[in-house]
Amino acid sequence: MSTVLTAIIVLFLLAAVFGIVLGYASVRFKVEGNPIVDQIDAILPQTQCGQCGYPGCRPYAEAIAGGDAINKCPPGGQSTIDALADLLDVEAVPLDAEHGEEKPRSVAYIREDECIGCTKCIQACPVDAILGAAKQMHTVITSECTGCDLCVEPCPVDCIDMIPIETTPNTWKWPEPPSPMQLIATDRGRGLSASEAH
Amino acid sequence: MSKVFAFHGGIHPPENKKQSTRAPISKAPVPDKLVLPMQQHIGGPSLPLVKVGDTVLKGQMIAEPISRISASIHAPTSGKVVDIAEYPIPHASGLSAECIVIEADGEDRWIEHQGLGDYKQLKRTDLIEHIRASGIAGMGGAGFPTDVKLHLSEDHIVNTLIINAAECEPYITADDMLMRERAHEVLGGIEIIAHILRPSHVLIGIEDNKPNAIHALEAVLKHTDLNIDIVVVPTKYPSGGERQLIKLLTDIEVPSGRIPADIGIVCQNVGTTAAIYRAVHFGEPLISRIVTVTGDAVRHPKNLEALIGTPFSTLLEACDVRPEALSKLVMGGPMMGVTVENDQIPLIKTTNCLIAATEHEMPAAPPTQACIRCGMCEQACPAELLPQQLYWFAKGREFEKAKHHNLFDCIECGACAYVCPSSIPLVQYYRFAKSEIRTEERDQQKADHARQRFEARQARLEQEAAEKEARRKARAAEAAKAQSQKTAVQSSEAAAPETAAPDAKQLKTAAAVARTKLKKAQKAYDEAAALNADNLAELEAALNEARSKADEAEKALASSASSGSEGGDDQSKQLKIAAAVARTKLKKAQDALKNAEDKGLDGVDKLRATVATLEQKANEAQQAYEKAEASGTDKAPVEVDIKALKQQVSIMRTKLKKAESAIDNCEDEADKTRLGQEVEELKKRFEQATAQFDKAEQVLVERAAQAGIDLKQLRIDAAMARAAVTKGERSLSKAESDEERSQIEQDLVAARSKAEALNQTLSQYE
Amino acid sequence: MALIRLSSPHVYKANSTANVMRLVLIATLPGILAMTFFFGWGTLIQIALAGSLALAFEAAILKLRKRPVGFFLSDGSALVTAILLAVALPPFSSWWVTATGIFFAIVIAKHLYGGLGNNPFNPAMIAYALLLVSFPVEMTRWTSPMTQNGGGWQIASFADTLQAIFGSVEASWYDSFTGATPLDALRHRGALTTEELWRSSDVLLNGVGAWYAVSAAWFMGGIFLLSRKIFTWHTPLSMLIALFLTASAFYGFDPDNYISPMVHLGVGATMLGAFFIATDPVTSATSNRGKIVFGALLGILIYIIRTWGSYPDAVAFGVLLMNLCAPFIDQYTQPRTYGHSSANRGMKGKN
Repeated sequence: MSTVLTAIIVLFLLAAVFGIVLGYASVRFKVEGNPIVDQIDAILPQTQCGQCGYPGCRPYAEAIAGGDAINKCPPGGQSTIDALADLLDVEAVPLDAEHGEEKPRSVAYIREDECIGCTKCIQACPVDAILGAAKQMHTVITSECTGCDLCVEPCPVDCIDMIPIETTPNTWKWPEPPSPMQLIATDRGRGLSASEAH
Repeated sequence: MSKVFAFHGGIHPPENKKQSTRAPISKAPVPDKLVLPMQQHIGGPSLPLVKVGDTVLKGQMIAEPISRISASIHAPTSGKVVDIAEYPIPHASGLSAECIVIEADGEDRWIEHQGLGDYKQLKRTDLIEHIRASGIAGMGGAGFPTDVKLHLSEDHIVNTLIINAAECEPYITADDMLMRERAHEVLGGIEIIAHILRPSHVLIGIEDNKPNAIHALEAVLKHTDLNIDIVVVPTKYPSGGERQLIKLLTDIEVPSGRIPADIGIVCQNVGTTAAIYRAVHFGEPLISRIVTVTGDAVRHPKNLEALIGTPFSTLLEACDVRPEALSKLVMGGPMMGVTVENDQIPLIKTTNCLIAATEHEMPAAPPTQACIRCGMCEQACPAELLPQQLYWFAKGREFEKAKHHNLFDCIECGACAYVCPSSIPLVQYYRFAKSEIRTEERDQQKADHARQRFEARQARLEQEAAEKEARRKARAAEAAKAQSQKTAVQSSEAAAPETAAPDAKQLKTAAAVARTKLKKAQKAYDEAAALNADNLAELEAALNEARSKADEAEKALASSASSGSEGGDDQSKQLKIAAAVARTKLKKAQDALKNAEDKGLDGVDKLRATVATLEQKANEAQQAYEKAEASGTDKAPVEVDIKALKQQVSIMRTKLKKAESAIDNCEDEADKTRLGQEVEELKKRFEQATAQFDKAEQVLVERAAQAGIDLKQLRIDAAMARAAVTKGERSLSKAESDEERSQIEQDLVAARSKAEALNQTLSQYE
Repeated sequence: MALIRLSSPHVYKANSTANVMRLVLIATLPGILAMTFFFGWGTLIQIALAGSLALAFEAAILKLRKRPVGFFLSDGSALVTAILLAVALPPFSSWWVTATGIFFAIVIAKHLYGGLGNNPFNPAMIAYALLLVSFPVEMTRWTSPMTQNGGGWQIASFADTLQAIFGSVEASWYDSFTGATPLDALRHRGALTTEELWRSSDVLLNGVGAWYAVSAAWFMGGIFLLSRKIFTWHTPLSMLIALFLTASAFYGFDPDNYISPMVHLGVGATMLGAFFIATDPVTSATSNRGKIVFGALLGILIYIIRTWGSYPDAVAFGVLLMNLCAPFIDQYTQPRTYGHSSANRGMKGKN
């Protein structure tokens, strides 16, 4: 009987001790705010394009933190999905085609002859990258443009084009060396890649 | 003779230098067309100064630097600008970039130019400016604008000037031949650099496979009074790497991510020194350079002095190329050079070698095998990295880990790939990983920037909406006020405070928003100021705007608040007073009656009648007042009522107690029942009064809470302030010295004003 | 003239994985010859058997993995694995023991982990350990060295050995040719002191010289590889020194119960392990400092297992245990990179 009692007492004591430790830890190491949202937001490409169905990247980040799917961001593409999957420790899934497809990064370009100065695109731009005033020609500050293409739709004269960003020698990336298997399949030669070599 | 130290790793690839040193340097033919890329150096591309169709003279500046780290470009020969467009440039990407194309007129006419004469008489900054205007950029391969390096002595102490004559890559002999044939130019250049940088000693690092160059240098060094040492280092690739050479000559390592000047060392290539010499002594800008054209596919490998912009095909032809044997065209050395796929690509300032290799000479790499972690790359790595680990990380795209393993300390010398028994293209893996990381960082920066702009826009939109709303509310308030005034004139009833109260709330919110914004703007500004950001002015403007907005909002709030508190109406005040008078009378009468009752005096009935009348009157007055107030603010009646109610409650309580005790004392049975009835009635009234009081009090508290003020706290504060005033007054009377008194007086004034302010606030709510 | 764009460097040292493996194969020759001389044909037969089986298994699994068979087969790594396992096996062990070992080494320990370069454990050693725990009796059929069997060069005939490996022979036949290894003898000595044991044991009295000679042969092969810069001195030297120092410490403290350090260096697979197994680059530590740590810990581990472990075959188990530690050692022994005041330790980032 006393053994049982001792066991129970010991268990209670252990529970109490660990409870105190856990309680202390939860107070002492309390994480302020909701950093996961910030972390998700940091991964998202910040185009603020709304293709995910949310009004901007932050709301989508909050939605993801709340359990929404991670594959709704076409501008971020697979790399963003992979990064999110890594962060949230979930499976990386392919991009949800419903929200659009991954396109090369582009910037908006206003054909200035055709612009009538309606300011509709200025209101649509989530990052204030369009310069202009009513009845004045508008122009895109390319360095600020995220390529969200939200300005294309409102333009009444369709004078906005999305132009893919060209690779310059300064932004050119070394391609990944082809895997050994491909090398053997394409028979020798350490070309940068089959298509680029010519 | 200085001591030679050692660096880790290194390899000994076949030198292949003999082929191109047999013939002396010869002049390359001037081609019909010269293509001059706008970016031949590290930094910002140059900006063309000429238009298509312009005629240019040899040595005329045709493009100017656009930023601090940039270089100017000069016409290599006289002729006409025929095109400014994108042409393939010598770059690993094989992409095109902006170039100026000059059609040579064959006259090769110089623009007017002359040397600086005795440069030692000039100001150093002028000398450096001249070098900058001559478009000189490092000619060893990297192409860092030379004038930027020469400016280093301004904010660095330069102890050692190292002249890099190691030329460690196989095949290349351009520097070797330059030193052999033009040692005096090299020395002249060194003297100019030494004059600018004022180092305590100069070291020329040269590999022991160039005995002729060493002899030539030694010969000219006899004629200088500078402290110059020629340090012969053993031939080992990559001893010509800047950091490796510094380690070899001084045993000092350049800290990662820093430049040699941070440890008091400046490194210059021998080719650069010769170019500086020509620029300073003859006024010739950098329009030509010595380039080694070699490889088994040319019959006469040699060094050519060629104009910048000369297409490779011209150079190859000058050395009698065998096109059928040519399989690879490498610009630069075999270890770090880039292959080009087009022989129309032009020579640029950094092109020190052109290898026309045959298939046999540079066979395709054997197929890649699995890494067996043999560690040979590690033994060869001059940066003491773990190449095989970096390879795994790059292949697995674990860029964070690669960075942690110091990927960015890799100098891409190719020693690891050279020794790799599995023929893994290690360098390409590192380049791939590096460019991925850089792109990622750039994207991240861009994303952060976009986020900032997005948030700023959101804030602005919110603010605009709030302002719009405030304006709308203000307009509505004005209209309502006008309306109510009209009504007030007609019905002599007040309506103003009603509209004033919600308006004040609105304004308060607006003011709070403005304050928050101001705070945010202030914070952003502070942060930016701490970081010394570019958009400081912008932020400051935003800050000021926010500040003025906040002020405006506060002002609006304050004025509305004061008008609200004054909003009470004269009519209702009068009524209030009347009611109060009536109540006082009633109270007096009641007191008298009670007295009489208690004592059981005569005339009780009469008194009772008086009381009843008075009660009626008081009630009437009160009703009239209440009626007036009901149509007016709900604040005003409470203001009056609360005190009266409180009083009433206390009176009732006393009465009740007294009546109860009277019952206890009374002996007469009939009296007892009567008194009991009375007590019951009093109780009821007491309860009523209490309920009324509580209600009024609650209303007060609620209103105060809405205004963001804890009524209780306010009361306490007011009481404390009053106490402080009393205390101050007391201590003032006790104070002895004038100084003490004046101090206390000051305090007292502050305390009084505080107490007053608090009382005012309190009265506003009570 | 079709020019192409490639990443530098554009020249390569004539050096290939196959070359490395070939040199390793050459370096095993002295050891193999010595073993054949002292222990008979068994070793050669085992090597031939293991080698052909290894190539067959390798080809089959490459085929299954859809890899170019000829290309990968020619790297010679399967042969090296086969030889290392064959020389570790008792010369008279049955063919199916060898076959099982090779299958395990090539198919499971190597290719199921991703093939050459990706295997965390040394395939030969993992196969050896597997055989040791699965077939303890077979694995003790060690031939007595020729020096033990009376005067002259007296070993089992080629035919008899073949018979022993592929067929069955009577138990009495074995008795004249098989016996314990010195390590076995030292391990199972009962209450005898080292000195008494030494005098009473036949293998220690007469046979140990042969073992020393074999070790010397392996040592020669190792020096050859070292001179050809196939591996660096760090692992073997630190391992031998650590083993020697540990053994010396215990021997000096209590010579009656512990074995002299020279014996530790000379018997068993010490030399083979130091130069051919511990230096396997795939499964050992990477940096020079890491190799020193790897070797030193291995040396100590070998001593511990030999002295207090259940199996006297310490090298196999020691190497496997150290293989397990190699990635960890790597994390903490990164070299100091040029321009850095100190080395990065541990692993930053995820995982």
